[in-house]
Amino acid sequence: MEQQLNQLKEEALGAIRSADSVRSLNDIRVKYLGKKGPITDLLKGMGKLPAEERPKMGALVNEVRGKVTEVLEARMAVLEEEAVSRKLEAEAIDVTLPGTPAGTGNHHPLTRIVEEIEDFFISMGYEVAEGPEVEKDYYNFEALNLPKGHPARDMQDSFYITEDVLLRTHTSPVQARTMEAKEGQPFRIICPGKVYRRDNDDATHSHQFTQIEGLVVGENIRMSDLKGTLDRFAKKMFGEEREIRLRPSYFPFTEPSVEMDISCFKCGGEGCNVCKGTGWIEILGAGMVHPNVLRMGGYDPDVMSGFAFGMGPERIAMLKYGIDDIRHFYTDDVRFIAQFHRAEG
Amino acid sequence: MKVSLNWLNDYVDIGEVSPAELAEKITRSGIEVDAVDDRSEGLKNIVVGYVLECSKHPQADKLNVCRVDVGEEAPVQIICGAPNVAAGQHVVVARPGARLPGGIKIKKAKLRGEESHGMICSLQELGFDGKVVPKAYADGIYVLPESAEPGSDALAILGLDDTVLELDLTPNRADALSMLGVAYEAGAILSQEVKLPDTSHGETGDPASGMLNLRIDAPEANPLYGAKVVRNVKVGESPDWLKARLMAAGVRPLNNIVDVTNYVLIEYGQPLHAFDYDRLGTGEIVVRHAGEGETIVTLDGAERKLQPHHLLITNGREPVAIAGVMGGANSEVHDGTTSVVIEAAWFDPASVRRTSRELGLRSDASTRFEKGVDPNRVLAAGERAAALMEELAGGEVMAGTVLFDELDKEPVRVTVSPDFINERLGMKIPFEDMEKILGRLQFPYEAVNGLFVIDAPTRRGDIAIPEDIVEEIARLYGYDEIPKTLPVAESIPGGLNPYQAKRRVVRRFLEGAGLYQAITYSLTSEKEAQKFALDTAPVTKLLMPMSEERSTLRQSLLPHLLEAATYNTARQAGSVALYETGSVFLAEGADGLPVEVEHAAAVITGDWSGSEWQGSKRPVDFYAVKGIVEGMLDLLGLTGRLSFRKGEMAGLHPGRTADVLLDGERVGIIGQLHPSEQKARDLKDTVVMELNLEEVLRKENEPLLYRPVPKFPSVSRDVALVVTKPTESGTLESAIRSSAGNLLKEVRVFDVYEGDKMEEGMKSIAFSLTYQDPEHTLTDEEVTEVHHRVIEALEAEGAKVRS
Ligand SMILES: [Zn+2]
Repeated sequence: MEQQLNQLKEEALGAIRSADSVRSLNDIRVKYLGKKGPITDLLKGMGKLPAEERPKMGALVNEVRGKVTEVLEARMAVLEEEAVSRKLEAEAIDVTLPGTPAGTGNHHPLTRIVEEIEDFFISMGYEVAEGPEVEKDYYNFEALNLPKGHPARDMQDSFYITEDVLLRTHTSPVQARTMEAKEGQPFRIICPGKVYRRDNDDATHSHQFTQIEGLVVGENIRMSDLKGTLDRFAKKMFGEEREIRLRPSYFPFTEPSVEMDISCFKCGGEGCNVCKGTGWIEILGAGMVHPNVLRMGGYDPDVMSGFAFGMGPERIAMLKYGIDDIRHFYTDDVRFIAQFHRAEG
Repeated sequence: MKVSLNWLNDYVDIGEVSPAELAEKITRSGIEVDAVDDRSEGLKNIVVGYVLECSKHPQADKLNVCRVDVGEEAPVQIICGAPNVAAGQHVVVARPGARLPGGIKIKKAKLRGEESHGMICSLQELGFDGKVVPKAYADGIYVLPESAEPGSDALAILGLDDTVLELDLTPNRADALSMLGVAYEAGAILSQEVKLPDTSHGETGDPASGMLNLRIDAPEANPLYGAKVVRNVKVGESPDWLKARLMAAGVRPLNNIVDVTNYVLIEYGQPLHAFDYDRLGTGEIVVRHAGEGETIVTLDGAERKLQPHHLLITNGREPVAIAGVMGGANSEVHDGTTSVVIEAAWFDPASVRRTSRELGLRSDASTRFEKGVDPNRVLAAGERAAALMEELAGGEVMAGTVLFDELDKEPVRVTVSPDFINERLGMKIPFEDMEKILGRLQFPYEAVNGLFVIDAPTRRGDIAIPEDIVEEIARLYGYDEIPKTLPVAESIPGGLNPYQAKRRVVRRFLEGAGLYQAITYSLTSEKEAQKFALDTAPVTKLLMPMSEERSTLRQSLLPHLLEAATYNTARQAGSVALYETGSVFLAEGADGLPVEVEHAAAVITGDWSGSEWQGSKRPVDFYAVKGIVEGMLDLLGLTGRLSFRKGEMAGLHPGRTADVLLDGERVGIIGQLHPSEQKARDLKDTVVMELNLEEVLRKENEPLLYRPVPKFPSVSRDVALVVTKPTESGTLESAIRSSAGNLLKEVRVFDVYEGDKMEEGMKSIAFSLTYQDPEHTLTDEEVTEVHHRVIEALEAEGAKVRS
């Protein structure tokens, strides 16, 4: 019987070694270790043995079964792993094929610039104020120290709808409206919006364009506050290493009035094509709110003062991104807009 | 304003300051210098030549062979093609090795077999703008005066040894529209005195008033009129220095009389006019408003129809000039003029501005009058012109000035404290430094009780209030000196208001959904203005549009968005998805302004979503856009208040259009473009939507509060229904919701089938219903009971439950 057992063991182990699939190995398991298998038969036949041989044979059978099971499990593990590998291999994909597109739209570059400016000034405690694009002459001109007949409000430059209503030529009427609404209280606002002027559309002119203006009114607002504010804005928008300079200028609604230049972000001030060799780039106009404007807005210029500034997001976008033609902003060519999707930094 | 530095140096000592440096200083302290034009740049080896002989070129009709004395021992031969070249002329010669503007180099050359040692130059070849070249030399070479020494440098005679600064003047600095004004500015910057021009001249024994009567019928529009009479003038060419200065300033020399008036205009900023006394004919000047239907032929030969508010200079019978704008042809100075009336007057700026604009006639005179000329310089300019006519045209100045003068010439008094100046600037400029700056500006002032009491010179019409003095002090002290501070005040919280914040949410959502933001024009044609408008309203039109295309304010964002879609599809393959938020303009509101409403619109054409190589790419359909609208309103917390119903709009597919309702009110539309509209716009299947964004964003939503996450499981039951084709799923869904009660958590359509396996005219819709009770696990019986009710309700709607 012992011999029979050993032969059975060798036979089983041989079969296990030559098994090449999980399935054939399972067949082997059933064949040798199953309820109807030879080992089970041998165990069942133990009763026929003399009592003294039984323990020895029992141990022997268990040993053979244990060995066969062990080898079979080990082989099974190998074959299973091979099977998984084959499956994974079969499932392999071409990872260089394009991904399924996620939503791919993005904002317009002007919105990008406007929101960047809004967010900076919001962080400095400004509210965002808006107003109508079709305005009364009063808010667009008169309340801004541009009485009728003033040389700076040439009829040729504006789109009038009636004698007293026009498409606003700047976002400044929002300043006048805000002063009225705030009823003498101090405030800080930033006003973005569309404006319209009688210009033929070409590479540098557009009859519709965007402006963003800021206005701070309070007690003892100084020109140095304007300069400090603009300096931080320039550094935030164009880089920490930017310097600003103020040049005298003229706007009817501010006195003194200035234009702000920043040191060229392309050449750093050496002179290049962006700054036309000067090292400086004109960015915005600003000034201390004219006392007439404060007065008309219901503020006593002896008690309150303020500063205002205004700029063109188109110009800033053109400078920042190197865009050469203002008409790109209004052609809505997706090949243009889609370039402004990604984060910077 | 073009400023010749040679000329400027007559009034203020520029000293060793280089033109570039001066330009920078002027720019930094107040007036932008646009260009620094070194007129000698690129010019070399250009000398005076004297034409000894001139004969026709033997081989070429249009060429002349000239022998020219260029100051060397032997004359040189130069071939010249100018029609006006002749022996006995002093001319400008570019010698071999010379350089001309544009990098042209002159070399010895052979022209049709004849040697040419240089070139005889026209003014244009020397870099002069053709518009300023005297007419006599416009088509040929320039002829120098006899005094010019052959071989000497020609540049000085032509005024090309000069630098011209081009000033870009802001409207407030009309004072710098004159050489004297610029001199005061430069003087203030460089701390230099200003020397005024010489206005002295001789006078005849006879008074001017003996020859000329003056009457002003419109003293408000013309409060000051001075007339000088100069007799026995000889009209001719002006001397070279005068011509050179006029050309440097951009003015074409004409004759000595007109040139003098132009010269003094540039020098003083005071426009003058010279009348031919004899042509005036009446010995009288009457200034009055035009009569009804009156006309005048101006110097430029055009007949001008006048209106009763236009101010005229007349000879008592007929107009001889439009006051402050342009002279008349009938009284123009000509070669035979012997007596001249010089007009030096002050006209009301608003009147001149209006007249000039209405007549479409701008001149150097009107440009200055409409900004206001210095009342205290008017008569001085007249004297200066008389002096120059005496000097240059041999005229005799009649004694005195025929004068009408009611003009207020008092300076404006401005009182300002040094503290105020420093407070406004956020600076600590010492009192003495402020005094020095006022001195440099030549502003007469007194310091009274620590206050500056300043009499602002009338030449600076822009100085009227303390803030103006703040600016003067600051700009000359230097804006670089202003420190950088931030407002010291109670800090106010900033931020977006809920409307603005939600608008950003909407934009980000639409972009995340795959749409690109467009910005289109608000102005469109009248024909397009009302297309796709959600509500019909009268259009808002411009009074004077630049074109019909941009004449009317839009009432829908879609026409321009569709144009953009067509533009894009014409330029690239595939699909386009655009959205825009912007205003539309409806009928006039209560305050006289149009009602301006912010809308959001989207256009999707071609394929939408999916992946091409995976075969999942699909053309856009109604439901894609509806999904976007639903997603957007869900993000705004308005899902439960949103509904849809079949809609209609011209230009949209009648079977594929829906109204978008919020709280039962129509706030927008979704639809596929009508096939004929698609064809006309050259678009594939295109679905659009437009919402009254303002209405949507103004809706307040429920506060965002946590709801307990369900502790007990939900149970799903599906029901497939057979209904007639026109039955809307919305109707069935309403029946489900109203019959199911509180236990129903969700209803979802998961299948719609209209294929040939269905009976004619029928379709199948399958819903998945989810039931849940927050308090306990639902039993089968509980669910079945509710579900039965639902099925009964559906059957009542005519639906058959499919087995
Ligand atoms: Zn640069």
